Amino acid sequence: MLGDLKDPGAYQAPLEISGRDPGLLVDLLRTMMLSRMVEEHLADQRREGTIGGPVHLGIGQEAIAAGVSQFLRSSDRVFGAHRSHYHALALGTDFKALFAEILGKETGLSKGMGGSMHLWDEPRGFYGSVPIVGGTVPLAVGAALAAKLQASDAISVSYLGDGACEEGVVHESLNLARVLDAPTVFVVENNLFSSHMHISLRQPSDSTARFAVAHEIPFEVVDGNDVLAVADAAGRLIEQARSGGGPGFLEAVTYRWLGHVDWRADIDVGVARSESDLKQWRLRDPIARLRAALEAVGQWSPEEDKELERELSESIEEAWSQAMDDPWPSDEALLKYVYSSEGGA
Amino acid sequence: MPHMKEYDYGSAIRAGFDYLLSEYPEVFVMGQGLWSPWYVGNSMTDLDKIYGTDRVIDTPVSELACTGAGVGASLAGMRPVVVHPRIDFMLYALDAIVNQAAKWSHMFGGQAHPRVTVRGIINRGGEQGAQHSQALHSWFAHIPGLRVVMPATVADARDLLIASVLCDDPVVFIDDRWLYDLKGELPAPKELDLRAQGPVVVREGVDITLVASGYSTQLALEASEVLLEEGISCEVLDLRVIAPLDPAKVIRSVSKTGRLVAIDGGWRTCGLSSEILAQVVEHVPPNSMKANCVRVTLPDAPAPTSRVLEGLYYSSIEDVVAAARSCARNG
Ligand SMILES: Cc1ncc(C[n+]2csc(CCOP(=O)(O)OP(=O)(O)O)c2C)c(N)n1
Ligand SMILES: [Mg+2]
Repeated sequence: MLGDLKDPGAYQAPLEISGRDPGLLVDLLRTMMLSRMVEEHLADQRREGTIGGPVHLGIGQEAIAAGVSQFLRSSDRVFGAHRSHYHALALGTDFKALFAEILGKETGLSKGMGGSMHLWDEPRGFYGSVPIVGGTVPLAVGAALAAKLQASDAISVSYLGDGACEEGVVHESLNLARVLDAPTVFVVENNLFSSHMHISLRQPSDSTARFAVAHEIPFEVVDGNDVLAVADAAGRLIEQARSGGGPGFLEAVTYRWLGHVDWRADIDVGVARSESDLKQWRLRDPIARLRAALEAVGQWSPEEDKELERELSESIEEAWSQAMDDPWPSDEALLKYVYSSEGGA
Repeated sequence: MPHMKEYDYGSAIRAGFDYLLSEYPEVFVMGQGLWSPWYVGNSMTDLDKIYGTDRVIDTPVSELACTGAGVGASLAGMRPVVVHPRIDFMLYALDAIVNQAAKWSHMFGGQAHPRVTVRGIINRGGEQGAQHSQALHSWFAHIPGLRVVMPATVADARDLLIASVLCDDPVVFIDDRWLYDLKGELPAPKELDLRAQGPVVVREGVDITLVASGYSTQLALEASEVLLEEGISCEVLDLRVIAPLDPAKVIRSVSKTGRLVAIDGGWRTCGLSSEILAQVVEHVPPNSMKANCVRVTLPDAPAPTSRVLEGLYYSSIEDVVAAARSCARNG
């Protein structure tokens, strides 16, 4: 059971950062802030109707991808799901290309063919995100198996949610990864919800790490809103996978600030999602906790923060307006990509 | 008729569930989103509150287990309805539907009857893309042992649901979110025998036959209005039950008009439209055909997301009109 890890009132204090490299911490802060601001922008644009399709935003969950990605290389293979903008952004994906994709433009990450829920950025090791829950989990195992067969030290990462753990394929994948020793790190972002349903309505226990136990996969359970706790645990599991120690399982406990999809907070829609919980979880903000810690030791200041925010906001605005001006896919795109040979069959 | 109420398609489905749950204690419903307005539109509103969360069950994200459980419960005396808010998600449940439900009657010498209804909702458009847009009815129609039902009208949305659940065979019931706002009147609920249900002529005409099902039927009906103004009289058939398919009315109509346009929201290759054409080729004497048959379907490609491509991808009333016009002029 998760105990106080799922208590919204716990873990609100500034992070413990003594002995850590301040440069690295500022990088993490930057990654999370970029992610947050990009997604806030997307929320606004979706509300305005500029974005025509659904966007599943990870605001409040930024620490997980930021922490995990610290240890990833572009030769690794990362797989996401429906809520994956920040998984790609944490790998350094160009947010202009993300914007273009979400707008359905030819210059997008998936050439405008996928939109928010289908992202691809192989040069950065992002091997695809899709909205069929659990759909990419066995693919991540396969990509890890390939690395093993290729005698490469690449690993794969499978981001999945607590809801995804209810799909049979996830359990098959855990078992398969274990028996094949495929270097996969399963990262379960346990935000306690699967769309409107709280985990207590869907599973007999609130901790998904029990599935790692069942498959004898080494696991760690952390506060997913503590980027350092995530990074430390992910670092150990990734190193183990990279050095031939087989799969690992990281359960990171978090909460999404927005509703399941789009910009609304949806406090009234979720079964067991409340205004007061949300308020507390917003105080358990992964960004504010790192920022406060850095400020307390003089490694960061409100002025620097303002400056970073201004800089990010400017580049986001600029990227957005470029993406808005970018061309649409041509009509031929409809058939052109169906098979590998351009022009169709 | 006393107090005929105006319904829409979504609330008509809800009326079907309401009827079944109140009349038949062996009916229960399970699926994702049944306690939420998000997934299933207005088609399940408050049923959990009226009939209890034991009989209207919102489930974990476990399509295969839920569908298999529906099959099992049906063998043990219940009449379950398993709801998949998108037919795309239902693909995880294929074993339960195709290997189990569809096979048990035949495989066990007619002794086992999985009387389960699997409801899959077609939910497309809105830049949702390849995995949130599919219309896979033709696939299921390919499987002997399954009855595949596609209501196109408000009354059928309710009455074919009731007939599906009361039928002793496994039924794949496919409704379409694009129809949910369709308005119509609902007389008192009817208990139809699904085995006796099939295609109906929803509009009589003499020049050309339009065959469709589900949402495509509405496209055909609207196109037929436009065509009438151009002096082309269309006979429109709504298939309603696409498997097992009774082709008699299609054959009769095409024998009369000599022209066929088959309209389907699925893909072209090996799709429902292919089956309609095959029936016509097999059964309508060549000398009564006046023109080549025409199909209006999706192009053979996954659904795009970009709004400019979505506009091209889905068939419109204009596409049906153009197809019928060219068919009427040919020959
Ligand atoms: C196979 C399948 N079933 C159901 C859905 C509908 N759905 C989309 S996201 C989601 C919730 C998944 O919850 P979780 O895995 O915890 O991810 P989160 O949304 O919390 O990030 C569901 C049920 C789907 N997309 N695919
Ligand atoms: Mg979740």
